[in-house]
Amino acid sequence: MASWSGRGIAVSCRRVFKETLNYSHANAGVRIIQRFLNAVRAAAVAGLLVLFGGPGMIGPAIADASHITLASTTSIEQSGLFRHLVPMFREETGIDVRVVAVGTGQAFAMARAGDADVLLVHDRDGEERFLAEGYGSDRRDIMHNDFIILGPESDPAGVREAESAIDALQRIAVAEAAFASRGDDSGTHRAERRLWEEVGITPSGRWYRELGSGMGSTLNTAAGMDAYVLSDRASWLSFRNRQALRILFQDDDALLNPYASLRIDRDRHPHLKHELAARWHDWLISGAGQAAIADFVIDGEQPFVPATKP
Amino acid sequence: MTGGNPFATALELILERDPVLVGIVGLSLQVSLTAVAIAAVLALPLGAVVALFRFPGRGIVVAGLNALMGLPPVVAGLMVYLLLSRAGPLGSWGLLFTPTAMVIAQTLLVFPIIAALSRQVVEDLWEEYSEQLRSLGASRLRAIPTLLWDARFSLLTGVLAGFGRASAEVGAVLIVGGNIDGVTRVMTTAIALETSRGDLPLALGLGIVLLLLVMLVNSAAHLVSEQAKRRLG
Repeated sequence: MASWSGRGIAVSCRRVFKETLNYSHANAGVRIIQRFLNAVRAAAVAGLLVLFGGPGMIGPAIADASHITLASTTSIEQSGLFRHLVPMFREETGIDVRVVAVGTGQAFAMARAGDADVLLVHDRDGEERFLAEGYGSDRRDIMHNDFIILGPESDPAGVREAESAIDALQRIAVAEAAFASRGDDSGTHRAERRLWEEVGITPSGRWYRELGSGMGSTLNTAAGMDAYVLSDRASWLSFRNRQALRILFQDDDALLNPYASLRIDRDRHPHLKHELAARWHDWLISGAGQAAIADFVIDGEQPFVPATKP
Repeated sequence: MTGGNPFATALELILERDPVLVGIVGLSLQVSLTAVAIAAVLALPLGAVVALFRFPGRGIVVAGLNALMGLPPVVAGLMVYLLLSRAGPLGSWGLLFTPTAMVIAQTLLVFPIIAALSRQVVEDLWEEYSEQLRSLGASRLRAIPTLLWDARFSLLTGVLAGFGRASAEVGAVLIVGGNIDGVTRVMTTAIALETSRGDLPLALGLGIVLLLLVMLVNSAAHLVSEQAKRRLG
C-alpha cells in the first residue's frame, strides 16, 4: 500500500508540477479542488442511491404511512403470534403493525416517551400504574397463557413433587439449585419477583443468577447451565434448544399470565396515530381477532387462550 | 427453515432465495453501505485536515478520534435513541424505528474509524512529501485533495474496516431500529432473534450468509482497487 501511495504521489507531484508550468498555481489548485468536489458529489449521489434506490426495501416502508408501532414483549414475538395476527389485520384494514419487542418494563418506558402507538403487555400492576398515571386511556384483556417452571431433567431440587408454584420455588431455594432469572424488569421477571415475595424470601447467592436478557436468551443460558427457570408457555413451545430442560411444574392459578392491550392517552401524546391504534385495539377483542388468537398453534399446542370464548 | 447442519442451512437459505431473507440482506447492505458512504465523505477530509494543520487542542482531537474507534455500538445506539425519541430533541422528526435511524447510528460508529485511519495515513504521506509539495507552491489546504487521492488505496482499507464494523454490529441497530419484521430487521438482529428462539442452526446459517456477503463486498473493493492500480502502473 505504502509503495503504491508513494508512486501515486510522485505521479501527482509531476502532474501538479506540469500544471504549474502550464497554468498558474491558483488554476491547478482550483482544478484539484474541483476534482475533489466532484468525487464528494459522486459519493453523496451513490449514498443516496443506495439508501433510496435499493431493491424496494425502504421505499415502500416510507411511502406507506398507514402503520402503527406496537410495543410488545419478547415472549409474544418469539412465539410467532404476530406473524400470524398482523397479516390478517393488515388484510382486513390495510394497516400495518410494526412490532418492537422488548421487555414489558421497557415497553412502558417507550409508551411514556411517546414512541409507541399502542401496547400489548403482561404485567397487571404495571398496567394499573400506567393507567393511574394518566398515560393509558383504555385497557382490555386480550388473552392469557401460563407460566411454567422448567429445570434439568435430573431435578436436583425435587420440583416435580412440589404441591404448588410457591412450594416449587421454596424447594429450589432450600436446595440452592441454580435458578436463572430474567433480571430485565420484563413481565415474566415481575411475575417471578411476585412469586418469590409470596415464598417470603429474597433470592440471592451464587445459585440465583440474574441474566438481564430476553426470554429466549434466558432459556438458552438455563439449558446450558442446567438451571431452573420460570418461562411463559409460548416461549417454551417455540424454543428449539431445549437440551436437558423439561417442564417440571405447571397448572397452578398463581402461574396465570394474562396479556392486555393498552391504548395511549390522546392528551399526553397527541402526535400518535390514535385512530389506527384504536382499530388494532378493537380488532384484538373483536370476534375475528379472538378467533385468530385461538387458531394459532405451535406443534399442535395452543400457546395463547383468547380472553373471550369465540 | 430449520435444519440440523448450519452449513446445509446456509446453503439452503442461499439457494431458496427466500424473499424475506433477500429483503433482510438488501436492507443490511443498504443501511451499512449508506452509513459508510456518508461517514467517508465527512471523515476523509476531516482526517486530512487534522493530519495537516496544527491547532490548539489537536492532541485531544487525535486521541478522541482514536478512542472513539472503540465506541460501544450499544452506547451509540442509546445516544441516537435518546436523540430521536419523541421525548428527545429531534423527536418531532419521527425517525425512531426507521432505517434512517439505523443509518445515523452506524454513521456515528463508522466515522471515527475512517477519520482516525485517514488522519494517520495522510500524516505519514505528508511527512514524506511535504517538502516536495511545498516546493511546488501547494499550500496545506491544496495538498489535501492530492494527498487523499494518492492515498486512496490505503484509505480504502480504512473504509472497508468501517464497513466491517457497520455490518457486524447488532447493539446500535437493535436499539434504534427495534428489529421490526420487514421494516428494520437486518442480518445481525435476525441472527440475535433466531439465537434467542433457540434455533441455533438457522442463526448460524444466517451468520454464514452474512460472512459471505461481507466477503463479497470486500472482494469487490479489492478487485476495483487492483484494476485501478494496474491502470495506474
